[in-house]
Amino acid sequence: MDSMADIKQTFFQECDDLLGELESGLLDMESGEGDSETVAAIFRAVHSIKGGAGAFGLDKLVAFAHIFETTLDEVRADRLEATPDVLSVLLRSSDVLADLVGAAQKDEELGEERTAGLVGELSAFVGASADASEEPAAVGEDIAFAPLGMDFDLDDAIGDLDGPEDTQCYTIKFRPQPELYANGNETVLLMRNLADLGEMQVACDESKIPTLDELDPEGAYLAWTITMHTSHSESELLEVFEFVEGDCELEISLDEAPSDTTESDLVDNEATPTGEEVATTDVEGASASAEDEVANKDNVVQLAEQKDKQKPAAAAKASTEKDTSDATIRVNLGRIDRLVNLVGELVINQAMLTQGVIDAGLERGDSVESGLEELKQLTREIQESVMAIRAQPVKALFQRMSRIVREAARATKKSVHLVMEGEMTEVDKTVVERLADPLTHMIRNAVDHGLETAEERIANGKPAEGTVSLTAAHRSGRVVIEVSDDGAGINRERVKKIALEKGLISPDEQLSDSEVDNLLFMPGFSTVDKVSNLSGRGVGMDVVKRAIQAVGGKISISSKPGKGSTFSISLPLTLAILDGMVVEVADQTLVVPLTAIVETLKPTPSDIHELGAGAKVISIRGEFIPVIDAGRSMGYRNEPVDPLHGVVLSVETEDGARAAVIVDTIQDQRQVVIKSLEENFGHVASVAAATILGDGRIALILDVDSIIAREGSARLFHETNLAATG
Amino acid sequence: MSDTEIKKSEDALELVAFCVGDQEYCVNIMSVREIRGWTKETSLPLTPPFVRGVINLRGSVVPVVDLASRLGLETTEPSARHVIIIMQIGEQAVGLVVDAVSDILTILTEKIQPTPDVSSDAARDFVQGVLAMEERMINLLDLSTVLPAVSAEGIAA
Repeated sequence: MDSMADIKQTFFQECDDLLGELESGLLDMESGEGDSETVAAIFRAVHSIKGGAGAFGLDKLVAFAHIFETTLDEVRADRLEATPDVLSVLLRSSDVLADLVGAAQKDEELGEERTAGLVGELSAFVGASADASEEPAAVGEDIAFAPLGMDFDLDDAIGDLDGPEDTQCYTIKFRPQPELYANGNETVLLMRNLADLGEMQVACDESKIPTLDELDPEGAYLAWTITMHTSHSESELLEVFEFVEGDCELEISLDEAPSDTTESDLVDNEATPTGEEVATTDVEGASASAEDEVANKDNVVQLAEQKDKQKPAAAAKASTEKDTSDATIRVNLGRIDRLVNLVGELVINQAMLTQGVIDAGLERGDSVESGLEELKQLTREIQESVMAIRAQPVKALFQRMSRIVREAARATKKSVHLVMEGEMTEVDKTVVERLADPLTHMIRNAVDHGLETAEERIANGKPAEGTVSLTAAHRSGRVVIEVSDDGAGINRERVKKIALEKGLISPDEQLSDSEVDNLLFMPGFSTVDKVSNLSGRGVGMDVVKRAIQAVGGKISISSKPGKGSTFSISLPLTLAILDGMVVEVADQTLVVPLTAIVETLKPTPSDIHELGAGAKVISIRGEFIPVIDAGRSMGYRNEPVDPLHGVVLSVETEDGARAAVIVDTIQDQRQVVIKSLEENFGHVASVAAATILGDGRIALILDVDSIIAREGSARLFHETNLAATG
Repeated sequence: MSDTEIKKSEDALELVAFCVGDQEYCVNIMSVREIRGWTKETSLPLTPPFVRGVINLRGSVVPVVDLASRLGLETTEPSARHVIIIMQIGEQAVGLVVDAVSDILTILTEKIQPTPDVSSDAARDFVQGVLAMEERMINLLDLSTVLPAVSAEGIAA
C-alpha cells in the first residue's frame, strides 16, 4: 500500500515536469518558435500523463487527457493547423489538465463544468479535421483509457515518402528474461496490449526449455516471434514494451518497407555490434549512429525508430544529445541542505586555517601558503557548485504566471500579451518557491489595475492588447525580477486621496511622486473602489512586500502616467548567505544585514538633538530619526556612548520605520553564512541569527526590526515624522 | 557484584561525574556528546546571567551555561583549565561549564537514592537523586529541568 503511494507520488512529481514541458512547448508554439519536434514533445507529455493516470485508475484525468491527446495528434499530423484559436484552447486545456492532476493528487474531484466546455471545443477540432481526413472513423468520442483512436499512421503523417500505405508488417522477437517476471510483469498482458494495435500471429519458441532437472521454476525459457500487421508506428509498438525494456530481448523489425530500401540495410546492421561502420554522411546513416548510442545504453534493446529515420540527421542527433545533457536525478532536499551546510563549514574552516598560518608567521612563498591559496580557490568553487545545485531557473515560476495572466485576462475581459525574459535566470529553490504567491498577486494586479480596458487603450492611442512583461536578470550579485505593464500608470491623485481617507497620511503632507507610489505598500491600502473577485481579496501590496522581505528581498515601484508601472524585486541569490556589515560594539562583533542599511555617516554635533529625557534624535537631511545605541540596547554596556564618537548606521525596517543605530566602528562588509540560534537555544531578542567569523568565533546578526521595536521608537518615529513634516 | 557483572545488568547506568565548585555532579553518559576545553564564548544579549553565550562547535552554534551559576553557586570565572561538557538534550546541544571531569562510573539504578529533603531550591529542582561513592556524594543532575528552562527564559527575554 505504501509503496503504491510512493509510486503515485513519483507519478505526480513527473506530472509536474511534464505539465511544465507541455506549457513551455505550447508557449513556444504560440510565439511561433515551435517546430514538429515541439509538437511531438507536447504530445508525449500528455500521453505520458494519460498513461500514468490510467495505471492509477484516475479515470477523469485519463478521459480528458485522451481527448487532449487526440487533438494534439491532429496537430502533430498536420491535419489541424495550430492557429491562435487552437492554441488558446490547447493552453486552456493544459491548465485544466494541470488542475485535474492537482485534484487527483489531493484526492478531490474537479467539477464537470471545468472540463465539459473544453472537451466540446477539443472534440470540435478533431471532428472538423477528421472529416477532412481519409479516415473519419479514427477518432471518436470514446474516452475510455485504451490506446484506441490513434489509427492515424505516424509515418503517413510525417512524410508521404511511403505513399498511401496504411498497414505495415512488423516482426517482433521477444524473449523475456527472468527479471521481467520477477518485476511482476506478465507476458500475456503485453501480448494483449499488442493485439489491440493490430492483427498478429504469434509463434512460441520453446527450444530453450531445459530438461526438468535443470529447470529453474523462476526462470524464463519461452520466447515469441510475433508477426503483426498494423498501421501503428514502430515507436508505438515499442511503447507496449516500455515497462519491460531492460528485462527482455526485444527486436522489432519492419518486414516490407516499400520505397525505403535503407530500412532493410539498417536491420541487417543491427546484427553487427558497432554501428559506426555504417555511420556515413547520409541522413539514414547519421540517425543510425544516433540510435546506436541509444542501443549501446542498453545492449538488449535494439531500436530502429522509423520516425527518426525520415527526419534530418540533425534533429535525430539533437534529441540524442539532449538526452544526455538534460539527464537529471531526484535528490532529497535534506541531503542537499546538509551538503550546503558542510560546505559552509569548509569555508569557515579554510578561513580559520588561513588565519592560523598567518599567525604562525610562515615565510612568504612557503609551500603551505601556496597550498592554502589553492585550497581557497577550490573551496570557493565547491561552494559555488553546491549553491548551483539549489539554484533553479525561474522558468517554471514564470510559466505558472503565464497561466495567471490568461485567467486574469479572461476574468477582466482584457486582452493581454505576456512577455517573458530571462527565464533561465537561476535563484535558490526556496526563494523561487516563496516568490510564487507575491508574484501571482503582482501579475494579477498588473492585469486588473495596471492595464486599462481595451476601449480606454484605443482612446489613448495604444494597441487594444495590453502588454505585461516579466523579466529576470542577475544584477550585481542579486537577482532582479521586474513586473511591468504598459497601462495607465499609478493614479497618484487617487492614491493620495485614499491614503488620506484611510488616515495613512496627514492632509498637509508634501509627498514626492515616489513617496506617493510607495503608499501602495502601506498596510491596509487598496485602491480599487469595488472589490473585484480577482485581486482585491483584502490582501494588498503590503503583503507582497512582506513576503519579499521575508526572503531578504526588496521591492520598489516606478511609474509614468500613461506609460505604465514597473515593480522591481531584488532578491539575494541564496538564503544561506547574507550580505552584512561587520561592526564592533563594546568589544563585541556584530553583523548588520546590508538590506536594512540605508546609509552610514559620521554625525556632527549639530546633527544631534535631545528629545525629552535622555532620548536623542539625529537629523538626516531635515528628517529627525531616533538614535539607538546598539551597545546599550544589547545590554553590552550601561553608559550611553556619545554618538559623535561612533558611526551612525541609518537603518530602515521592513515596515518603513527608520532609526539611527550607533556602533563603535565598521570593520568590514562581507557575505556571512547564516547559522540558526533557535536550533540549540531559542530566539534571542534583537538577534536574527548568528554567523561564524574567519577566526572561528561566533558573531551575532542584528535583528534591526526587533531592536527598533524594543526601543519603542516605532511610535516615536511616527510622532517625530509627523512633527517634522506637519 | 563485579564491575563486568554490573555492566551486563540491564539496570546498569554509566555516568560521567564532574566537579562544580566543591560539589560533585553526574549525568548519564549517553547524553554527553563530547567534552572540550573552555573557549571564550560570544555573549548573548538579554539572556539570564547563567547563559554565558554561544560557541562554535564545528559549525553549530551551541549555547554555554555556567552550571555553578545555574545551581545558585558562585559564578565561575572560566579559564583554560575549565571544561565544557556538550550535552545532547532531545534535539538541542548545550554546553555546561564545569571545573573538571572527575570520574566515569558504572552503577546499578537501584543505587540511586532519592534527593534528601533540603531547603535549597537548586537541589530540589535540578537534582534527580544522589549516589554514595566511597566517601563522596554525587548528585545526579536532572538535565530536563536545567536546560529547557534556559530556552524558555531565552524566548521570554
